[in-house]
Amino acid sequence: MSEETMVLETVDTAPEEAAKEPSKGAPAPKNDIEKTSKKQKVVKVFVYIGLYTFLTLVAITVLFPFYWMLISSLKSLDEYNRTVPTLWPTQFVWSNYGAAFTGGLNLGRLFLNTVIVGVVSTLLSLVVTVLSAYAFARLEFRGKNLMFGAMLATMMIPGELFTISNYLTVSEFGWLNTFTALIVPFLVSVFYIYLLRQNFMQIPNELYLAAKVDGTSDLKYLWKVMIPLAAPTLISITILKMMGSWNSYIWPRLVANDDLHRLITVGLRDPSAFIYVDPATGMTTNLVNFPAQMAAVVLVTIPLLLVFMFFRKYIMRGVSRSGLKG
Amino acid sequence: MSDEKIVTEEAEALVASEQTEAPAADGGKKQKKPPLSKEEKKILWQARWSRWKAWVYLLPAIVILGIFTVWPIINTVRISFMGQWTTEGGSTWWEGYSYSAALNPNTHYVFGFNNFSSVVSDIDFVTCLTNTLLLTVITVPISTMLALLIAVALNSIKPLRKVFQTIFFLPYVTNSIAIGMVFAAMFQMVWPNPTGEPMSVGIINTIIEAFGGTRINWMNQGSSHFANMVVLVIYIVWNALPFKILVLLGGLQSVNKQYYDAAKVDGTSRFRTFWRITVPLLSPMIAYVVITGFIGGFKEYTSIVGIFGEKMGPVGNDWSLDTMVGYIYKSMGVSEGKAGAAALILFVIIFAVTMVNLYVSKKKVHY
Repeated sequence: MSEETMVLETVDTAPEEAAKEPSKGAPAPKNDIEKTSKKQKVVKVFVYIGLYTFLTLVAITVLFPFYWMLISSLKSLDEYNRTVPTLWPTQFVWSNYGAAFTGGLNLGRLFLNTVIVGVVSTLLSLVVTVLSAYAFARLEFRGKNLMFGAMLATMMIPGELFTISNYLTVSEFGWLNTFTALIVPFLVSVFYIYLLRQNFMQIPNELYLAAKVDGTSDLKYLWKVMIPLAAPTLISITILKMMGSWNSYIWPRLVANDDLHRLITVGLRDPSAFIYVDPATGMTTNLVNFPAQMAAVVLVTIPLLLVFMFFRKYIMRGVSRSGLKG
Repeated sequence: MSDEKIVTEEAEALVASEQTEAPAADGGKKQKKPPLSKEEKKILWQARWSRWKAWVYLLPAIVILGIFTVWPIINTVRISFMGQWTTEGGSTWWEGYSYSAALNPNTHYVFGFNNFSSVVSDIDFVTCLTNTLLLTVITVPISTMLALLIAVALNSIKPLRKVFQTIFFLPYVTNSIAIGMVFAAMFQMVWPNPTGEPMSVGIINTIIEAFGGTRINWMNQGSSHFANMVVLVIYIVWNALPFKILVLLGGLQSVNKQYYDAAKVDGTSRFRTFWRITVPLLSPMIAYVVITGFIGGFKEYTSIVGIFGEKMGPVGNDWSLDTMVGYIYKSMGVSEGKAGAAALILFVIIFAVTMVNLYVSKKKVHY
């Protein structure tokens, strides 16, 4: 008891001196305190200057590639290839964007393919995810926990293991070079089911019982109550899935690498896509048309950044729980 | 939950009564069973439905997961042990399972470990494994430390925090191939004729020269493996920071402020506070980002395609930067069995590293 009061007393009286005078434990004379508090203030200012300088440097490093991408996409090839690079285009060459579309790459088609695959797979994936999450969160059936556990266990296995055999399956089904091959195999994400189930479980059961008493069907209840209440999670899932489709590379390159079904990321890395054609002679050169390439890169990046600006909260929430890119 | 139980019980009772009534009707005076009213029929139907509806809801997920997740696990293990001995011109060699060869009725596959031994003894595989290990072991500590510093710095400022936080998250919402191409453009020299002078040395070399350094051939023809790796490490760290900062900052913000107040009262130095309070309290989050970092590192592939192209190396030195995942996809062109064996080896490595990480963090993580 006496110890407690002691502690309380020290905490009550000592903190200010102690905080200002770390090296000496004992209380110091008044003017010394004033001196050190001034010193402390100076130190504090320096710490803040240091912090902001550090953060600004990191921010510049993070932003620099974006800046370089934008200005490079607007330079003429001559300016891009100058010995001393310019930090701002002397003349904005918007025709690079046209060149990106008309070059070796059918950029319009690639964007269309990517949007088709992204939208269809996201919609179907939402339906499957909602139904499964609802079954796991609200319905009672034999083997529920076993089934859920088995699904979660598949999350541990790296995707490469699936890809090889899925390639064989897709060939067997005759799905090579179709949108089906791009959409169906990755329709079900156990992680999304898990995420949504957790959200559904938070919705009080009383609502469900009340709906039952009123004679509302399950699907109507799901549509009218569960989905609106779980909207934030559904938005997170939608955005992450869309971004995943937009950025996917390995699987699309493997199963659908023909002109009609190629996706944007696969097309970008086509080695023949951005060879510079001399407009005067019409001959191909051994130069890469970097400005046109950067223009294509800008067109791929901007939609992602726009989505991020509008849905920052949802993306960050979804990501911090998943730890998976895309 | 209780509601579903009730419905199920109701259903069982109804179904049971149906069954017991039926023989009684037969043995009795052929008494006609009173027809179920509309309401009763509806309840009966609902009860039956409620037994099965969960499975109906789960059906699409189960079918797709069965075909594209469960079957591949079985099938990959199966084909990775399959192959045949081929004799031609006096020499005999092992040919791993391949889909196109399997369509030929003359192919008779046997089981064996030869796919695994041919992967492990492949010099190309050793290169890929070394590249992957190096990249992982270098990038994970660098990005974790840097992310920790940034998170702590962000946590100790108030104005502009949101702005910085948003900027630092940007690399996450990008396409790794697209931004890889931007990094390539920054490091690359425009050098159409390697015997002459380059037209442009690239912005990074320009900056280096502005500070009095000498330019480096980062990734053009004739560049060193070391320089290539430096470019990759920079890009991978740039790409890995956002997620780590997000998780660590989240952790920092949930730390009880009292610990810091206590440290202040005791006059603890900032450095000591960092190592003695921040790091231990954050240890679960640090363990999490390290483990996910290792898993991601072992699967490194698209960053390299983004910077160096599909041939995984600078011009004139194809495949010199190939990784484990790259090896798997490259092997698929030869034999899916061999690719399967490589994928299983990768899985075992990732699993083992994760287990070691979990074991270490169990000892070091403070709660």
